Amino acid sequence: MSAAEQHIPGVFTGMMAVARRDLLLAWKRPGDVLNPLFFFAMVATLFPLSVGPSIEQLELSGPGVLWVAALLAMLLSLNSLFLTDHEDGSLEQMLVSPLPLSALALGKTIAHWLTSGLPLVLVSPLLAMTFRMPVAVTGVLMLTLLLGTVSLSLLGSIGAALTVGLQRSTALLSLLILPLAMPVLIFGARTVSLAAAGEGVAGGLYFLAAYAVLTLSLAPFAAAAALRISNE
Amino acid sequence: MTAKLTCDDLTLFRGDRCLFEGLSFALKPSELLLLEGDNGSGKTSLLRAIAGLIELERGRVCWNDVPVLAQRQSFHNSLVWMAHRVGFKADLTLVENLQFESALRLQCAAELEAVLVRLGIHRLKRLPMRSLSAGQQRRVALARMLLSDAVLWMMDEPVTNLDREGRSLVMQLISEHLSRDGMVIMASHEDVEIDAPVQTIRLQ
Repeated sequence: MSAAEQHIPGVFTGMMAVARRDLLLAWKRPGDVLNPLFFFAMVATLFPLSVGPSIEQLELSGPGVLWVAALLAMLLSLNSLFLTDHEDGSLEQMLVSPLPLSALALGKTIAHWLTSGLPLVLVSPLLAMTFRMPVAVTGVLMLTLLLGTVSLSLLGSIGAALTVGLQRSTALLSLLILPLAMPVLIFGARTVSLAAAGEGVAGGLYFLAAYAVLTLSLAPFAAAAALRISNE
Repeated sequence: MTAKLTCDDLTLFRGDRCLFEGLSFALKPSELLLLEGDNGSGKTSLLRAIAGLIELERGRVCWNDVPVLAQRQSFHNSLVWMAHRVGFKADLTLVENLQFESALRLQCAAELEAVLVRLGIHRLKRLPMRSLSAGQQRRVALARMLLSDAVLWMMDEPVTNLDREGRSLVMQLISEHLSRDGMVIMASHEDVEIDAPVQTIRLQ
């Protein structure tokens, strides 16, 4: 056990290892990734069919419907963020690892965003077409979703960490997260509506970016503290 | 500097029930601490409390005379934990799981291949964990301990699911670890035959 031969793991290495492992798991079980995506696509395509083909109505409701569908799809995927790790004991192994738990939680959140947030952003232009959204507005929609899903993943990591030890926690998780997610929904949908009306969108985008930075700097620590509590 | 684990006046309640009260002991290198007790007597809770996973009602755990909660990182650097649940991902292969472990904690110079041969699981390297038997998964958890550089091994019922040969292997690994100045805390309800100083705590 000589010190020279030790391979000392760094915080960043640990975080990336967690993210890499979760991405590998997602690759081996694609069903878990596709579920929220299907939900998003179904809500966004069924809505125009049910309200009728009036163009004005679709253009008016498009941003709101797409954003609500994206928010709910994110919520749907959050439940399993720490659940499997809790069940198979690997969460406990992370808790007794010398690396800061917040870094490991952030690693998991990064993987979660890459597997559930980013796909929503990428398919949103297709779904925007069903609402007859112009190309420029679609760009704004993607940008708001990009910034908004980052915040939602990070906020969700706190809620998922708090509810990880509980049975059937989906409802409680939504209840915990939704109040914090409201600003994202309001500013996200409103910014896209403003873009559709031809007005300035910078303010909304700045707010979403600021919110993403705020959650990025606070959520990993809150999630780590919550994980320690729920593992008692 | 020789490592030292001291526990002082440990007290833990679960609901109204007192699991243990005023428990004090010290563990030095080459020593084995055996926790005995019936099912539900609080062996696992005591282990988890020492590892810093549960908050104690009263008392404190010190590593090298510094409270564990004040130096979680350096304590966890010296600790490897074998819980009842093995803590591996069922969809990943044995090697992928152990490679992930290597990013989580300090590794010693032992060769992965040699460790797997020793534990008799080298043929299972490319198989996903879910296709391994419970006993084989236990052996992979042993590989995690052998690959880590930790001084303190904490084991919760390490011989569960293992065959006769596996049990004697565990005892052999423990006595080897103790002879390297390692420390072991083990919860078990079976008799242990190890040629080393053994402290026993019986939980009621």
